[in-house]
Amino acid sequence: METKVTGRAFVFGKNIDTDQIYPGRFVEFTDIEEVAKYAMAGADPKLVQEFAKGDFIVAATNFGCGSSREHAAITLKAIGVGAVLAESFGRIFYRNAINVGVPVIVCPGISTLVAKGDQLTVDIVSGQVKNETTGQMIQAEPISDYMLNILTSGGIKTLIKKELEQKCGSR
Amino acid sequence: MHAIEKLLAEKAGKKFVSTGEIINCEVDLAGINDLYLQTVRSFFEIGGKRVYDPSKIIMFLDHYAPPSTIIQADNQKQFREFCWDQGIDLLMDINQGVCHQVLADKGLVHPGQIVVVTDSHTTTHGAFGAFGTGVGATDLATILLTGKLWFRVPEIIRIHLEGTIPHGVYAKDIILHVIGTLGADYGVYKAVEFTGTAVAQLNISERMALCNMSTELGAKTSYIQPDAITMDYLNQKVSRPYKIYHTDANYQYAAEHTFCVEKLQPQLAAPFSVDRVAAIEQFIGRKVDQAYLGSCTGGRVPDLAVAAKILAGKKIHSRTRFVIVPASQGVFLEAMKLGYVQTLVEAGATFVTPGCACCLGTHEGMIAEGETCISSTNRNFPGRMGHTKGEIFLGSPAAVAAAALEGKIVDPTQYID
Repeated sequence: METKVTGRAFVFGKNIDTDQIYPGRFVEFTDIEEVAKYAMAGADPKLVQEFAKGDFIVAATNFGCGSSREHAAITLKAIGVGAVLAESFGRIFYRNAINVGVPVIVCPGISTLVAKGDQLTVDIVSGQVKNETTGQMIQAEPISDYMLNILTSGGIKTLIKKELEQKCGSR
Repeated sequence: MHAIEKLLAEKAGKKFVSTGEIINCEVDLAGINDLYLQTVRSFFEIGGKRVYDPSKIIMFLDHYAPPSTIIQADNQKQFREFCWDQGIDLLMDINQGVCHQVLADKGLVHPGQIVVVTDSHTTTHGAFGAFGTGVGATDLATILLTGKLWFRVPEIIRIHLEGTIPHGVYAKDIILHVIGTLGADYGVYKAVEFTGTAVAQLNISERMALCNMSTELGAKTSYIQPDAITMDYLNQKVSRPYKIYHTDANYQYAAEHTFCVEKLQPQLAAPFSVDRVAAIEQFIGRKVDQAYLGSCTGGRVPDLAVAAKILAGKKIHSRTRFVIVPASQGVFLEAMKLGYVQTLVEAGATFVTPGCACCLGTHEGMIAEGETCISSTNRNFPGRMGHTKGEIFLGSPAAVAAAALEGKIVDPTQYID
């Protein structure tokens, strides 16, 4: 996983729920290419056309509240999100994002400091965010070691697989 | 320590846990629902061959019951085959209903348990003194493989509900008022305990609604200390032994909020957020295209009972649909036995198979652009029950039934003796 990422910001408000990130009527899809088509479809149906790999989702409080659907994290992973920066996150979405390897960064005040299209550089480990468009530095909360280990391992699946292999190997 | 902390400590094999600590707990019951075939995929992707303990796994085919597309049918087929292959006997097929109600009906939930389901409303089981929480597909897959899951020990908030509950006011009104006051993200990462004389008056169904909606406060889990009402229910339903934990008298909550419910009026959450709450009088007269009664929040026997009472011998408004989805097969059977189904069908209601149905906007009761729905469910996000420009008001089952009768939002109090 790249720990320093540069991209453009797509900015959203507060309480962006999982139905807006990935509407319920598409939950039956399981193939990643299909899931990628509906990223943020409930909030901004045009996002998938404009979004480039490495771009960021920026939001106010409680991003990802609502349902437990992992699709919400998978769809953002599938479109290549550099990181999601929000003032706070819904807890299941937060776990899901870390598990599938999407960096989720708690960043107080971010929604007022970044406008749509601003170029950002984000250091995922230190939590340092630079708004290249305005020149402003923003300090996010660093991700805890426990979560960072999952993220840098490439997600929980890779991590558990590795742990299981080590266990079997040591026998 | 708090009862929740004692429960978590025991499941983690520890004497003591503290807020913020990350612990690895044994999960007593892990539930998967049919939205998340990814759970099975992740299990195999991790390298899983056999599940850790098939007796601790339960499969619910509830969100697409019965399937309305070939993809849904195929996903369910794969789930059934997984259960048969892995020896998972607790396969709740499309005839059973919403996971949380099925767990309650079958006596599978009880105090002292950790219940994890791939469904955000697993907080419901705090009504039984269990630790219930929702997770995503891959987290659940790790439980299938290891029998355990990591948790961050949450801060615990006390919400104290005092006073006699007024006529026409229900648990749904109370919890909407709490969410409207504290905000949809107030409880994120936290556990919420409900206490007070108002809680003591609530039956199990209403307690389930209260705990269920704590998810809309962002809570990780919720809790009601088991009392005589809980025990009465458990004695009828649960045959397994269980342990009830108690909070130490000197326990310090991370925060405490007291609400007096004595003067509370029926409440509604307005589109498009569960915390946009106001007294129903603010919305009186608003035209309703569809009234929806159902879900793990508001589709139980007492909910159908109040609707039947309001609509007995009457007809719903000619320009309004009334969609009713009993939460489970058990609820449906009981409502039939008591005559509620007959009354409601005669009044013009449309019954749908027990399950999640249109609560999450997949099928069976979708709303069109520009339509308004009043619903006893839990979420009114844009597009939650259909078109993103369809509006959803959340209220009590009584408010829903009264709106079905009049074709507009009304104060339900006047329709109940």
